[in-house]
Amino acid sequence: MAEHELEVEIVAEDRFVWSGPAQSVSARTAEGEIGILPGHTPMLAVLGDGDVVVQQTNGQTLTAHAEGGFFSVDNDRVVIVAGAASLEGESAGQGAA
Amino acid sequence: MGAQIRVYRQKIASTQSMQKIFKAMELIATSRIGKARERVSASLPYANAITRAVSAVSSQQDIEHVLTSEVENPKRAAVLVLSSDRGMAGAYSANILRHAEELLESLHAEGKETDIYLVGRKAQGYFDFRNREYQEVWTGNTDAPEFLRAREIGERLVDSFLEDTEAGGVDEIHVVYTAFHSLVTQVPTVVRLLPLEVVEEEVSDSTELYPLYEYEPAPEDVLDALLPKYIESRIFSAMLQASASELANRQRAMKSAGDNAKDLVTEYTLKMNNARQAEITQELTELIAGADALSAS
Repeated sequence: MAEHELEVEIVAEDRFVWSGPAQSVSARTAEGEIGILPGHTPMLAVLGDGDVVVQQTNGQTLTAHAEGGFFSVDNDRVVIVAGAASLEGESAGQGAA
Repeated sequence: MGAQIRVYRQKIASTQSMQKIFKAMELIATSRIGKARERVSASLPYANAITRAVSAVSSQQDIEHVLTSEVENPKRAAVLVLSSDRGMAGAYSANILRHAEELLESLHAEGKETDIYLVGRKAQGYFDFRNREYQEVWTGNTDAPEFLRAREIGERLVDSFLEDTEAGGVDEIHVVYTAFHSLVTQVPTVVRLLPLEVVEEEVSDSTELYPLYEYEPAPEDVLDALLPKYIESRIFSAMLQASASELANRQRAMKSAGDNAKDLVTEYTLKMNNARQAEITQELTELIAGADALSAS
């Protein structure tokens, strides 16, 4: 499983935010920090306050603010669902679109 | 005779000015409908993700949760009616209200009391005019709904659902809205939001089985957090579809009203010309008769 990569999707209530391949995802859940690597067991967790950090396969790091949501991991597919989500560096105009 | 021409002239003028209004409304609806449809599809990823998650949790049968378990003897039901703020949309509001009435009637026949929640000024006017009670009404922006509104409605309904029946809480939540299938078909639809009916509905459309998830925190708490969001998302998607349907209905209604106005103008113009011709003919006859009388004397 180690050579596999994660397929990450971030969606907000009213729009699709981002999707792409990633090496790892770390997020803060209601109970604490969690890191997800390829091959993780399926899980469903409620997100706490804090940023979700996605380590992309191209080496870049993507930080997303996600408030009041949850995420699911299933067969290396990570879906991050948030009430309001915005990417780090995303302009306000794009966020409102 | 001159009076008749004047009447037609007035009719033509007023029909033409109405025609302009219809045309403008049609154009506005046409320009907004694309946006509304985009918003419907933009909300889909979230709705799908949350539906999938809720189905996954609630398909694990060992979890008992208030929001998923059915009350044995439901006494009161909440009905949320999504109508429009403005008319000029043909039978849109009338249809939705008729379906709401049917639902209310069938609920009463089952011996349930009903709590009515309204969205849109048209529904409010309907109930006010008949002096019928409703719990709460939200007006404004029915053609461009916002998520905050959906959240507010969702919270209100879930709170009422969680309350005891004796204390005024409800055992069921129904939503009446107009489902948007395409630009030409919009169907008034009644769905029961709570208690949930997710499982049967969702298994059919995803071929893979849900994996055994690990939950963090406990499954019950995850459900606690997810379900209100799920309800909000369902209400929001109903509102978005209702708004797209409203605009599609308005566009169609205004198109046919405009066409009608055009036909009327043509008809009145013909009649006015007839009347004018008749007047000229009569004047001529009178003149000739007068001349005849003079030359005969």
